[in-house]
Amino acid sequence: MIKAHGHIDYETSVIDVRNVSKSFGKLDVLRGVDLQLFKGENLVVLGRSGTGKSVLIKLISGLLRPDTGTIEVLGEQVNELDEKALQLLRLKIGFSFQNSALYDSMTVRENLEFPLVRNKRHLTRGEINHEVEDVLDSVGLLPAINQMPSELSGGQRKRIGIARTLILRPEIMLYDEPTAGLDPITCIEINGLINEVQEKYKTSSIIITHDLACAKSVGDRIVMLLDGRFEREGSFDAIFDTDDERVKPFYDYNFIK
Amino acid sequence: MKKVSRILIELAQIHRFVMQFFRELVLPPYEVKEIIRQCYEVGWKSLPLISLTGFITGLVFTNQSRPSLAEFGATSWLPALISIAIIRALAPLVTALIASGKVGSQIGAELGSMKVTEQIDAMEVSGTNPFKFLVVSRVLATTITIPILSCYTACVGLLGAFLSVNQFEDTSFTVYVNQVFEAVSYLDIFSLVLKAVVFGFTIGIVGCYQGYNSSKGTEGVGKAANWAVVMSMFLIFVEEILIVQIIQAMRA
Repeated sequence: MIKAHGHIDYETSVIDVRNVSKSFGKLDVLRGVDLQLFKGENLVVLGRSGTGKSVLIKLISGLLRPDTGTIEVLGEQVNELDEKALQLLRLKIGFSFQNSALYDSMTVRENLEFPLVRNKRHLTRGEINHEVEDVLDSVGLLPAINQMPSELSGGQRKRIGIARTLILRPEIMLYDEPTAGLDPITCIEINGLINEVQEKYKTSSIIITHDLACAKSVGDRIVMLLDGRFEREGSFDAIFDTDDERVKPFYDYNFIK
Repeated sequence: MKKVSRILIELAQIHRFVMQFFRELVLPPYEVKEIIRQCYEVGWKSLPLISLTGFITGLVFTNQSRPSLAEFGATSWLPALISIAIIRALAPLVTALIASGKVGSQIGAELGSMKVTEQIDAMEVSGTNPFKFLVVSRVLATTITIPILSCYTACVGLLGAFLSVNQFEDTSFTVYVNQVFEAVSYLDIFSLVLKAVVFGFTIGIVGCYQGYNSSKGTEGVGKAANWAVVMSMFLIFVEEILIVQIIQAMRA
């Protein structure tokens, strides 16, 4: 599927990562990475496991702090914000976790209500119910509203995780391995959902994955993290038009060559 | 040397954690609903276990003390002895030890599991302060409910003791109650409440610290629950010694 790019505003960058490095002990995970996400764009970050893809989006959302470099999100320097300002900025960033991170002790309805009642205190009970049902309907899981997370399948949990982030109407979505551990049919559904979210909620997204089918169907642009740096950038076909031995196995494995 | 620096780092982290608790405690917004829910979880759900343990403690302690007093023909002192023992020492200690096993391990495991499954991160990125929601509410709940439970344990323990005294010494309930309250002072009741507040805080903060800082997947969750119990029990005994010294000094 080839995506249209007309909706992307290449004049406005919503995330600007400059020369960011991050180490854990003696392990240098990111070594001076630069990255820009444009308004309305779906940017896919490809890379091997353990190369710092998830670290990158945790840095963007302020869950981790970079050792060096700057991260600007919606015009604000993430590292310079105090706790309150960071909390406010986070309301504009949706983070979909690899394992969905649903609150085990709450029903689907309570999971979705949780960020809403804490951040939009002026809403009435009726408005909260309407918001929850609307966003659940968007991900096609309205019938699961009173179920516990343990009663849901992996794909359903992913959808609910995405719904929980969408309920605050974020401007930016960060997806951490959205198709990891799912069967191919569910992967296609999740990819479709990511594109629907982009269209319906006009979000700009970073999608972390090593699933090339996902990258191809959701990515407007793809960057590849190799040895702690973004060494390849472009369209899906341009990324894999190379003899680089660090890149070729990705394509060969995913498309069974 | 490495071990010493690791211990110092751990102590610094604990200090920061406790300071953060007090800071978040006074700053709004207040998670009142969650605090009430946690009080229910910690207090109400511990009642059956506390009731049984308190009752048996009173009953057994009376039965065990009787022969020693009987040697001096002083079994009439049993209610006074029991009330002093239960109110000054047994009630807060038994309640705290039961709670650290039941509640402390539960808090450690729950927060540990939330940590390793990224639920705490999910709270943080959705604009909720997880420390305030998870830690402050739980520590407050244990600090509020353990003193209440301790007073309840004292009553149930005295009731258990009465059963034995009534059966063997033929003491009526009115006489028993009079003898019990003649023997205790306000300072004894103050020491019960003081101990229970300190023990409650310890159980909550240790459980939360272990769970909130757990790592290494499911192994970390087990470790957090285990350490929550071991550390809080150890600290409860240390605090018992210190508070007894302070109360003795006040009594003198």
